[in-house]
Amino acid sequence: MSLNIIVLAKQVPDTRNVGKDAMKEDGTINRAALPAIFNPEDLNALEQALRLKDANPGSTITLLTMGLPRAAEIIREAIYRGADTGIVLTDRALGGADTLATSYSLAQAVKKIGNYDIILGGRQAIDGDTAQVGPQIAEKLGIPQVTYAEEILDLKDGHVTVKRRLENGVETVKAPLPCVVTVNGTAADCRPRNAMRVQKYKYAASPSEAAALNDERKALLEKRPYLNLQEWSAAYVDADPAQIGLPGSPTKVKNVENVVFTTKECLVLDNNDAAIENLVIELINNHTIG
Amino acid sequence: MDQNNLIVYLEIEDGHVADVSLELLTKGRVLAKRLGVKLEAIAVGDNLDTVPEQVFPYGVDRLYRVSDKRLSPYTSNPHSAVLINLFREIKPQICLMGATCVGRDLGPRVSSCLHSGLTADCTALEIGDHTDPRTKQEYKDLLLQIRPAFGGNIVATIVNPECRPQMATVREGVMKKEIADPAHQGEVIDLDPAKYVSDADFVVEIIDRHIEKSKINIKNSPIIVAGGYGVGSKENFKLLHDLADTLGAEVGASRAAVDAGFTEHARQIGQTGVTVRPKLYIACGISGQIQHIAGMQESSIIISINNDPNAPINTIADYVITGNLEEVVPKLIKYYKKNSK
Repeated sequence: MSLNIIVLAKQVPDTRNVGKDAMKEDGTINRAALPAIFNPEDLNALEQALRLKDANPGSTITLLTMGLPRAAEIIREAIYRGADTGIVLTDRALGGADTLATSYSLAQAVKKIGNYDIILGGRQAIDGDTAQVGPQIAEKLGIPQVTYAEEILDLKDGHVTVKRRLENGVETVKAPLPCVVTVNGTAADCRPRNAMRVQKYKYAASPSEAAALNDERKALLEKRPYLNLQEWSAAYVDADPAQIGLPGSPTKVKNVENVVFTTKECLVLDNNDAAIENLVIELINNHTIG
Repeated sequence: MDQNNLIVYLEIEDGHVADVSLELLTKGRVLAKRLGVKLEAIAVGDNLDTVPEQVFPYGVDRLYRVSDKRLSPYTSNPHSAVLINLFREIKPQICLMGATCVGRDLGPRVSSCLHSGLTADCTALEIGDHTDPRTKQEYKDLLLQIRPAFGGNIVATIVNPECRPQMATVREGVMKKEIADPAHQGEVIDLDPAKYVSDADFVVEIIDRHIEKSKINIKNSPIIVAGGYGVGSKENFKLLHDLADTLGAEVGASRAAVDAGFTEHARQIGQTGVTVRPKLYIACGISGQIQHIAGMQESSIIISINNDPNAPINTIADYVITGNLEEVVPKLIKYYKKNSK
């Protein structure tokens, strides 16, 4: 059985390795210093999609992402690893969206794609860590959700069987298709790029990217239609302007502060035996230990 | 029925209300009092007989109970349906739930359907006023939802000016659990499950389930020996276990150490793990990313063992031992054994 698989992914700033140069002198974040990456758990989701495709020849994987036009970068990355095609949902009107407005916009894009059997995505994105978009999209589409997935065990007869990794254990559930499955970072890592696919798709470009290309590359895009990545606007997916972007977001950011911890007075010890023994004795005497 | 109250979704396993829910009731009572509204709770599941006596000491004024065999264990659609239908009737102004695998699955589904705002993983909740910077419209007594963002490098205050309920999730251990009045009695309202959930909601079938009560209890341990990426390997983590065993402590870890596979996720301390407040925190090879510090800064005494004298964690430590933990940790064990008793 061939499947139509949608993978939801996000291009995120790499918040895991925030170095000293990532903070400006005034204490604000220097976003430019953080590399933009493929959200890690979305790669885990892509791997599960690729395995479904391996097991069901003829299946197609469409990567759907919402963001700036440059998010086409992660579509190429996904195609290098085995996805078939991708769509960037991008529009100024979508800016400033909270999770609910984001979910609505993505759900509209999914409806535009129309024919799908299963939607996969990472459990959460590392820039927000909310894990809300997957379940909210499921609700908007009126389909079930399976969150915290570690492995898709089986897909047949219109049902998917999924192993979920929870705080204190595992659970195996069977859900009817179509449904949304969000995948944990504990799931299998994504396979690497395929060299042949990199060769074939490295000049793939979205319309925004194509506009900045030289004539030779533009001609290549015309000659090879499969190199054209799609870009969709809010209007194209019939999004209600009142439900998208900042105006469509029920939650508002009241204020943002940089994190400053109060510095304590501290005693610095060398790694010598007497100093460490004295510390241990002090902690025993004041009943901290022992 | 009066509306506009504050409600807490109770997470229940085998008839026991989870700590995170009791922590939220403790916080919820303070917020409800500030607003002059009732503190309500909702229990959805099976085997809910002892839930009233478990939650009333925390000041719950009204407990809604929806009991049906099929509602336990938790599945997304049926529990969402109960909350959505109940909330349409009782119109709570605030709904709190644990930022657990259950709460983070349930909250978004409910908030999407009701078109209310939801803020995940709050680290503080307060009541306050808000003025819309654009329209200058003033809002009184909103729930201020304070949460870290951007990998914990900033803290944002989020509000839901228009939509109700204002929903927020909070991780276990972030709020303190405290009994208000052991003798407090509230009202129990048993709801007919058939009115709140339909057969069509039971679409996802649980085939198999292995839930163990975690043997790792870092949240309540008075002493924690925590390791970071600087510990270097799974093998070196054994050293930390040796020290922990000697001191009667539990072993914790930073996100970097867990991501590197040195130890299991249940030991993770920080904004994406557990928040701890031990009397002694020994940080080994932890550089001190903000998201980690936020989860342990309230420890009474902090010792940092690091070969980098400029590790950020040293700024909040009481004692800094500069050196390799392979050398320092055995010495701590040796001198503890020598001097204790």
